[in-house]
Amino acid sequence: MTAVDAGTGQRVRARRPNAVAPTLRTYLPFILPAVLVVGAVIVFPWAFTGWVSLHDWQATGAGGFIGLDNYVRLFGDARFGEAVWHTLVYTVLSVVLPLVLGLAAALVFNERFPLRGLARGIVIMPMMATPVAIALVWTMMFHPQLGVLNYLLSLVGIPPSLWVFDQATVIPSLVLVETWQWTPLVMLIVLGGLSALPAEPYESAQIDGASWLQQFRYLTLPMISPFLMVAVIIRSIDAVKSFDIIYAITQGGPGTASETINIYLYTQAFSFYDIGYGSAVAVVFFAIVVAMSLALLWLRQRAKLAAS
Amino acid sequence: MEFPSRLSRRSLLAGTAAAAAAAALPRMAFAAPDWKKYAGTHIEVNLVKSPRSETIARNLKEFTDLTGIDVGLEQTPEQQQRQKAVVEFNSGAPSFDVIHLSYHVQKRMFEKGGWLADLRPFLADPALADLSLNDFSSAGLAYATAPDGAVGSLPLSVDYWIIYWNKELFAAKGLKYPTTFEELVAAAEALTDPAAGTYGFVARGMKNANVPVWTSFMLGNGVDPVGPDHSLATTSDGAVAAAKLYQRLLTKAAPPGVTGFNWNECQSAFLQGKIGMWLDGVGFAPPLENPKLSRVVGKVGYGVMPKGPKAQASATFGDGIGVAAASENKEAAFLFCQWAVSRTVQADLLQSGSGVPFRTSILEDADVRKGVTLPADWIDAVSGSAKISKLGLPVIVPVTEFRDIFGIALTNIAGGADAAAELAKATEQFKPILDKSEA
Repeated sequence: MTAVDAGTGQRVRARRPNAVAPTLRTYLPFILPAVLVVGAVIVFPWAFTGWVSLHDWQATGAGGFIGLDNYVRLFGDARFGEAVWHTLVYTVLSVVLPLVLGLAAALVFNERFPLRGLARGIVIMPMMATPVAIALVWTMMFHPQLGVLNYLLSLVGIPPSLWVFDQATVIPSLVLVETWQWTPLVMLIVLGGLSALPAEPYESAQIDGASWLQQFRYLTLPMISPFLMVAVIIRSIDAVKSFDIIYAITQGGPGTASETINIYLYTQAFSFYDIGYGSAVAVVFFAIVVAMSLALLWLRQRAKLAAS
Repeated sequence: MEFPSRLSRRSLLAGTAAAAAAAALPRMAFAAPDWKKYAGTHIEVNLVKSPRSETIARNLKEFTDLTGIDVGLEQTPEQQQRQKAVVEFNSGAPSFDVIHLSYHVQKRMFEKGGWLADLRPFLADPALADLSLNDFSSAGLAYATAPDGAVGSLPLSVDYWIIYWNKELFAAKGLKYPTTFEELVAAAEALTDPAAGTYGFVARGMKNANVPVWTSFMLGNGVDPVGPDHSLATTSDGAVAAAKLYQRLLTKAAPPGVTGFNWNECQSAFLQGKIGMWLDGVGFAPPLENPKLSRVVGKVGYGVMPKGPKAQASATFGDGIGVAAASENKEAAFLFCQWAVSRTVQADLLQSGSGVPFRTSILEDADVRKGVTLPADWIDAVSGSAKISKLGLPVIVPVTEFRDIFGIALTNIAGGADAAAELAKATEQFKPILDKSEA
């Protein structure tokens, strides 16, 4: 049964005279399973983690309630402070480098050239590999005496590096692995944006004599900025949580030079079995990730508005 | 059967002297156990994935045929097994009846948690036991025994730290295997030639893994890191001297990047034939003598740890096998443990180079020794190390924190930091953790 809306002129479905108005009771059977699942697998673990963080909980069982002592200890813990700094540096580098290289790769693969499909398939392969397998291969490649990387450097006359085996170079070396693996993801996201761009603005710009760089700066970049923001959000959340690559290659070393919050959390909870303190680290880490995600979502909204 | 009510850490000294003394003790006369008594029972066994567990797995059919007990065998990688054990024991209903444990990491924690069954009643039961504990080295017995005298496990395999040395590199420089720490340093530095890519010494530099290298040197300086009363000796003169020796060897005679090396990187480097000496556990000989993996086949010497200023000591580690206190099949589980330390399994362990038994009768058995495929030097290093064996790590609950905190200090020391200051800082950090755990 349809009618015409007087305001919009659109055809709308009219309510049957005997239809019952939906109530919470009507919806409940539909939403209850989802509420139960979310409660069991998301809300309860987090509430329990928060509760454990208020206890002196060791390997041999739950200890007494200690209030906020674990949090007080956390904010006085220099090693946790270092872990926060390492996480920040690692995240920023692991977002910026794949973003720049992924954007460049997307611009290249947006052009038509022979064997483009094959080349694109090869470029995205690192993204599909298992992180631990990648880590083991890179560990061998990084070996200062036996690794292929120093051999390649020697071919072009560059002195050998200690890569992940030195405190000064360990984070940039790990970022190299992260960049190698995740640049293709950024490329795919940006390629999606580039393929949706309209041709008309470019035709107008070319008639006006705009250079390639000007077209990129004033047309392409603003129009794909929502896609870049999506890439930034995905990469940031992924990089800040990164664990497998770091743990498999350095376990946070040498010393604590590559110990991120995640590695520190794991060490406390599963090596030292200080479950209460590890839970406090997890709660603070969760708060950091949520705050970062909200900030990025806000930036994305701004980018969308600016582009529209 | 009587067991020492308390074995002090100082009595842990294993070795031929101790073993011989142990062997001289009267053996209990047991009737043959009724292996079939628990036929049809099903037990779950959790082992740390390692050459030791592989040895048990490949002989498992013998146990099933002997007892009629059905075994579910799970081999879990080391780190995951440690977490699994803690989580499942805490739950009160572990999924396993038999558990494999690393003595220097898990023993004290398992004791404090009351997670292992006391095996004394089973050992005293002639219908179950056919095993003389006197056959185990004193280090093994001490490892297996709790302060209250309870026997929580049977000692399965011992790991002595020895020095693997490249005979060819030594011969080229006209050097002999060192007998003292001074000679060790001199040889390591003489063998080092960075231009040729040759280095005199390699050992673990990665935090946590590097601590046994330091404690090996500390034992040679006559110092145990933690005393019997749980007092820390980690800032003593001997501890600092050991850290300085570690620093000197790793900065003057080891390959660049060694602070990030675990045993596998050390092994890879030694296999290439460019390393003079490698200090590590005794179980790495098989790959060194495997032509498919190694460039040093037939060139490797196996040396006992040289003498330090105060003592000669080989840092010793070990693992055992015990029965979960919550198991409902303790007798069948005990039979499995007893079989795992039997002659068949332990002889295979030694002959395949998968590990070294704690049982003296196996080590001294001429027939068993004939079947060992590794060079005679290796067996000599094993028995030589047994004579000077000392615990490589303290038996405390927070041993992982000990390794982590002092491991970071050692990495910093190997990077050029002041040894005394780093050890003082680490000791200050670790002391409250130790005090709390033992309170």
